[in-house]
Amino acid sequence: MPQDNLVEFSGVDFSYRERPILQGVDMAIARGQVVAIMGGSGTGKTTALRLIGGQLRPTRGRVLVDSRPVHELSHEELYALRRRMGMLFQFGALFTDLSVFDNVAFPMREHTDLPESMIRDLVLMKLHAVGLRGAHALKPAELSGGMARRVALARAIALDPALIMYDEPFTGLDPISVGIIGNLIRRLNDALGATSIVVTHDVQESLKIVDYVYFLSRGKVAAQGTPRDVLASKEPFVHQFVHAQADGPMPFHYGAPAYGEDLGIGR
Amino acid sequence: MRSTLATGLRLIGRRTINAVWRMGSATRFMGLVLMRSGMSFRRFQLTVDELHFAGVLSLIIIIVSGLFVGLVLGLQGYETLKRYGSAEAVGTLVALALVRELGPVVAALLFASRAGSAMTAELGIMKSSEQLSAMEMMAVDPFARVISPMFWGGFLSMPLLAAIFSVMGIFGGYLITVVIIGVDAGAFWSQMQSSVDLRDDILNGVIKSAVFGAAVTAIALFEGYDAPPTAEGVSHAVTRTVVTSALAVLALDFVLTAFMFTGV
Repeated sequence: MPQDNLVEFSGVDFSYRERPILQGVDMAIARGQVVAIMGGSGTGKTTALRLIGGQLRPTRGRVLVDSRPVHELSHEELYALRRRMGMLFQFGALFTDLSVFDNVAFPMREHTDLPESMIRDLVLMKLHAVGLRGAHALKPAELSGGMARRVALARAIALDPALIMYDEPFTGLDPISVGIIGNLIRRLNDALGATSIVVTHDVQESLKIVDYVYFLSRGKVAAQGTPRDVLASKEPFVHQFVHAQADGPMPFHYGAPAYGEDLGIGR
Repeated sequence: MRSTLATGLRLIGRRTINAVWRMGSATRFMGLVLMRSGMSFRRFQLTVDELHFAGVLSLIIIIVSGLFVGLVLGLQGYETLKRYGSAEAVGTLVALALVRELGPVVAALLFASRAGSAMTAELGIMKSSEQLSAMEMMAVDPFARVISPMFWGGFLSMPLLAAIFSVMGIFGGYLITVVIIGVDAGAFWSQMQSSVDLRDDILNGVIKSAVFGAAVTAIALFEGYDAPPTAEGVSHAVTRTVVTSALAVLALDFVLTAFMFTGV
C-alpha cells in the first residue's frame, strides 16, 4: 500500500456478540481526500468509524491510523490520537446543558491553557466558518436540526483535527441544509488540510463532494472507485444503490418465511 | 413436561448469568469511577458543581421533611413519655432517634428519589444522545470529567444533608413540645446534651450517612450508565435507582446498626 494513507483497514472482522457486522474489510483512506463510505442501513458503516476512533475493537485484522494500530494503543496513546480527530455525530450530540458557544469552547478549554479572550476569538471564528456566529448564545434546544449539525461541526473542528469523521451528516435535513453541510465538508477539509471520512447513504449529495467511494454491503466492501467510476458502474449492487431502486441484489424484504404461509393462506 | 422443565432451568440459568454479568460490570464501573477520580480533586470546581446539583437542590425537600418528622416525633414521644412522668426526656428521644437512625435513613431515601433519580436520568440521556461518546471522541474521558465528579458530589453531600435533616428534626421536636405544649426548655436541652454522645451517636450517624451516600450515588450512576439508549430504558433505569437504593439503604442500615449500637 502507498505510504500516504492516513487510515487503513486490513482484513478487519467485527462481530457484535454473535452477529457479524464487518467481514474481511480492506480500505485505505488517502491523506487530504474526502472519502465516502456508503451502504444501506445496518451495513456496518458507523461501526467502521467507531473502529477508527478506538471505541470498538476489531475481532480480527487491524485498523491503522497514521500507521499505528488503534486497538493496540494504551489509554493515554489512544486519547492523544483522538485529540487529532474530530467526529460529527449523526444528531450532533451537543451538550444540552451548555450554550452553543460553550459547546464549541469545550474541547479548547479541556485540552489547552489558552486565555479566555483567545478562546472567545477562536470559537467565534469556528462558528463563523459554519455561518452561525450570530447563534453563539443560543442553547442546543433552540436550534433546528441543520443548525445543530453545523454547531457540532464547529465543535468537531475546534482543535483543527487531521482527520474529520462524519456519521450520516445529511440525515433528516432539508435540501438547503444538505447542500450547506456538503459544501462545508469539502471546504473545511481543504482549508484545514485535513482528511475526511463521510459515512452516508445520500448518494447524490456525497458524490458531488468526495474523491473516492467505498460501498459496504453485508459487512463487505462490495465496490469502490471515484464518483465517476461509480456513476458509470454496471455492477448490479452499485447500480441499484446509485439509482435508488427498491429491489435488486439488496433485497427489499427482510428475511422472512413465505408470505402466504405467514398469512395462513398458503400451503 | 420435560421441555417445560428444560425451559424453566434455562430461564433460571440465563437470569443467574445475567445477574453475575451485571454485578461484574457494576464492579468494573465503580473501579473506573474511583481510578479516574484524579480530576474530581485537581479541578475541584467540577465536584463543587455536582455538590450543588445533588446537595443544594435537595435542600428544600430535606428541610421540610426534617421539620415534619421532628414534629411528629415530638408529639408521639411526648404523649408516650407523659404517661411515665418523664415528658422532659422527649428531647433525648427526638435527638437520638434522628441522629442515629432517622436522619441518615430518611435523608438517604429522599436523596435517592430527588438527586439519585436525576443523576440516573441525566447520565442515561447523555449516553443515549451520544454525548458521552462525543466526549470520548474529543479525547475527554467521560469517567474523569462527568461520572467521578458526580460520584464525589453525591458522596460528600449526603452527610451534610443528613445533618441538616437531624437539626431540622430536633428543631421541629423543640417547636412542638417546648413552644407549643410547654415542656420545660432547660430540661429538654440539658437531658439531650447529657445523653447524646459525640462519638457513639453523632459520629456513627455521620458514618452511616456517608455509606448511604456512596451506595445511593453508585447505584444511580451505574443504572444511568447501563441504561438501554431508549426512552423506555432510561425510565426503567430511574425506577430501578429509586427502588434499589431504598432497599440498599434499609439493608445497610440494619447491618451498620448491628455493628454500631448493639455491641456485637
